[in-house]
Amino acid sequence: MSLVDLFTVVAVGAGGFFFLAGSVGLLRFPDALTRLHALTKADNLGLGLVVLGLLPRVDGVLGGLKLIAIWLLALLASGAASQLIARVARRANPPA
Amino acid sequence: MAEFLAGAAGFVLLMVALGLIRILRGPGDADRMMAAQLLGTGGIAVALLLSAATGIGATVDVALTLALLAAFASVAFFKSATDAPAGDAGDRG
Repeated sequence: MSLVDLFTVVAVGAGGFFFLAGSVGLLRFPDALTRLHALTKADNLGLGLVVLGLLPRVDGVLGGLKLIAIWLLALLASGAASQLIARVARRANPPA
Repeated sequence: MAEFLAGAAGFVLLMVALGLIRILRGPGDADRMMAAQLLGTGGIAVALLLSAATGIGATVDVALTLALLAAFASVAFFKSATDAPAGDAGDRG
């Protein structure tokens, strides 16, 4: 197994672990805002690690930039979406 | 190596399916939307892993489309859950 393969296995494996953490958090955390916290952070970190692991395997700079662009788009979308979802959740259960 | 990447894609898909249980449980609409958001993020990861495993470059474009659609889905959810009229939501929340 070459060094590049080892890097991919470690990074993609760590990404899979964060997806596991995100799903467990989404199922186990007690209220909507804590679940949102688990989802938005753990899953985007997992996606970032998967992208990092796949980066050395793409051919050409353009392919790598495309992967990074997808991750950044997912980050921006998730950041905006979590604000909107949190607003809906807070309106459903207003703070005392 | 392709086997490992395909296996990782299957694992991520399994985790997304596990998260979808939240849609059944609820209790609120926001919780259900979070599981759909998880499907978006996980779907991107699955598409990228399958692209690397099979060597079909066009699958990366599927991931790009999923990333875009997940963003629009959340905005549409917010629009339907609130009575905000079309236009800027502002600070009404």
